[in-house]
Amino acid sequence: MTQPAELAPRDPSGPLDVVVTGLPSDAHTWNLVFMQLLLEDLGHHVVNLGPCIAQDEIVESCCKYQPDLLVVSSVNGHGCHDAEHLVRALRARWELAGLPAVVGGKLGVRGAEGQDGHRRLLLTAGFDAVFHDEQGLAPFEAFVTALAADRTPAGPAGTREGAAR
Amino acid sequence: MTSFGRFVAAARSRGALVVQPRMGFSQPARMRAGLLATKHAADAVAGTLTIDSYTRVGDEPAAVRALDADVPLNGYPITSYSPGTSHWVLDGIPGPAFPVQVRHGSASPQRIVAALARLGLTATEGGPVSYCLPYGRTPLVDSVRNWREACEQLAALRADGAEPHLESFGGCMLGQLCPPGLLVAISALEGVFFHQAGLRSISLSYTQQTSPAQDRQAVRALRRLAAELLPDTDWHVVVYTYMGVYPRSPHGARALLERSAELAVRAGADRLIVKTAAEAHRIPTVTENVEALRVAAHAAARTTAAATADALDTADNPVYAEARALVEAVLDLDADLGSALLKAFERGYLDVPFCLHPDNAGRTRSHIDAAGRLTWSDIGALPIGRVTAQRGARLTAAGLYDALTYVQRRYDEAPDPRTAPGPRHTAAADEHAHDLLEV
Repeated sequence: MTQPAELAPRDPSGPLDVVVTGLPSDAHTWNLVFMQLLLEDLGHHVVNLGPCIAQDEIVESCCKYQPDLLVVSSVNGHGCHDAEHLVRALRARWELAGLPAVVGGKLGVRGAEGQDGHRRLLLTAGFDAVFHDEQGLAPFEAFVTALAADRTPAGPAGTREGAAR
Repeated sequence: MTSFGRFVAAARSRGALVVQPRMGFSQPARMRAGLLATKHAADAVAGTLTIDSYTRVGDEPAAVRALDADVPLNGYPITSYSPGTSHWVLDGIPGPAFPVQVRHGSASPQRIVAALARLGLTATEGGPVSYCLPYGRTPLVDSVRNWREACEQLAALRADGAEPHLESFGGCMLGQLCPPGLLVAISALEGVFFHQAGLRSISLSYTQQTSPAQDRQAVRALRRLAAELLPDTDWHVVVYTYMGVYPRSPHGARALLERSAELAVRAGADRLIVKTAAEAHRIPTVTENVEALRVAAHAAARTTAAATADALDTADNPVYAEARALVEAVLDLDADLGSALLKAFERGYLDVPFCLHPDNAGRTRSHIDAAGRLTWSDIGALPIGRVTAQRGARLTAAGLYDALTYVQRRYDEAPDPRTAPGPRHTAAADEHAHDLLEV
């Protein structure tokens, strides 16, 4: 009898399993599709939870899929609040305490002046990195590449250094 | 009583394309002023009452709170205002020469349909697939049940002597990057769903995409399928001006609108839902809507239907071949179209590229080929292997961005015919970078 997939030993050197998600109050889709294709272009596997998804469903999906990375994308300018609540709920689950989680897009409506505040708030709340759209894609791609390289030697979850703290 | 279908047929018989805005305001006086202003904008105009997004998702308490706090909504909250208020808004406006259609986008439209019927209105739009998959996460099985109920509510108005009209939004899935064969198939299938629920006045939609030639084939394919699938029914085809990332330049926006009007006339559609030049920047004003209706009606009036249109219907039409294969496969799944649609999405016989709804298989991908046609790069489990053209390469993230902005770039970069050649002011590059975020 074969082992159920979730109990099989995970290949530590292959592509990353990534969950991409929007936030409960954001209906935008194409930014999520774009992030999925970007990660697939980099050779990783993506489960895309889509827009307008409830916080509990994001948390439960992470428990179910046990991804190597959670990518939250929001572009409606109101994502900071939802994202903060989401990551606090994630970190409250022991299985997800060490899950690398990043957030990016247009997170606030106050522009550059609000960005440092958002970044500090979201990092303190539990994200490993915060990307603002003005930075372009390079910092995000660098984070993903470092994470993929970093996990090559197998080790227990949570021992990895937070790459962008 | 006003009949939407009869109004469209009358316009067709005198050679006029019906033009229609997508207007909706939450202030009653503004909504009334908007309807009155659009009524006389062109020879044949259908009025629009677009519902706000709180009402669309069934959150009426939020709509009422916003009204109490004088916060403007993005549409008219038809279930939150008293019938007295709505009767005042509509007083003397709808009639045989100006039918008013209620446009909403809800996957649970029963209360909206009840509200419009109470006001004496008989025309609306949507569909179990087209108002579910692109918006939110309502399970398809719930949307099918809700829409069956709503169709039956609407069809029941026939007992009072009315001829209720329902338009499928199926030709507009995700606005862009859905290949025409699938758009045509979904619209036609929703039309059959409406017919099974008892409706006999139906319109099928198609949204302008990337290639004028392919768009004409799509509209002709839709007409041919409607004739084959909707017996004893008054039906017409409605074209939507491009719904993806819109040109930012006034001349680009105007040219795209004019091309959509020409498409409608040349390919034999009878109605056009317009877009305004302001669309890329914000919600348009009444004046901008009126201007768009005039531009579209003018472009339609100077276009003549291709004499060979009907001959071309039966000629080699790749969009028809693809749509026909999809429709046949779905109809074979179950005699009840609601069940057939559910099975079709389960098996991936219908699978909308880039749609992230949990009930969409998500195995298909599309791209724009070298000729500008919107085609498949991966057909997933779609039953079109024998009829579809050669498939192209899978889109990268950069390729997706280019595809999403393809129409915008083409129309913005074309020279403005009304100005002398020379350096033109174009929108700043950083503005362009945010376009992707607006759709």
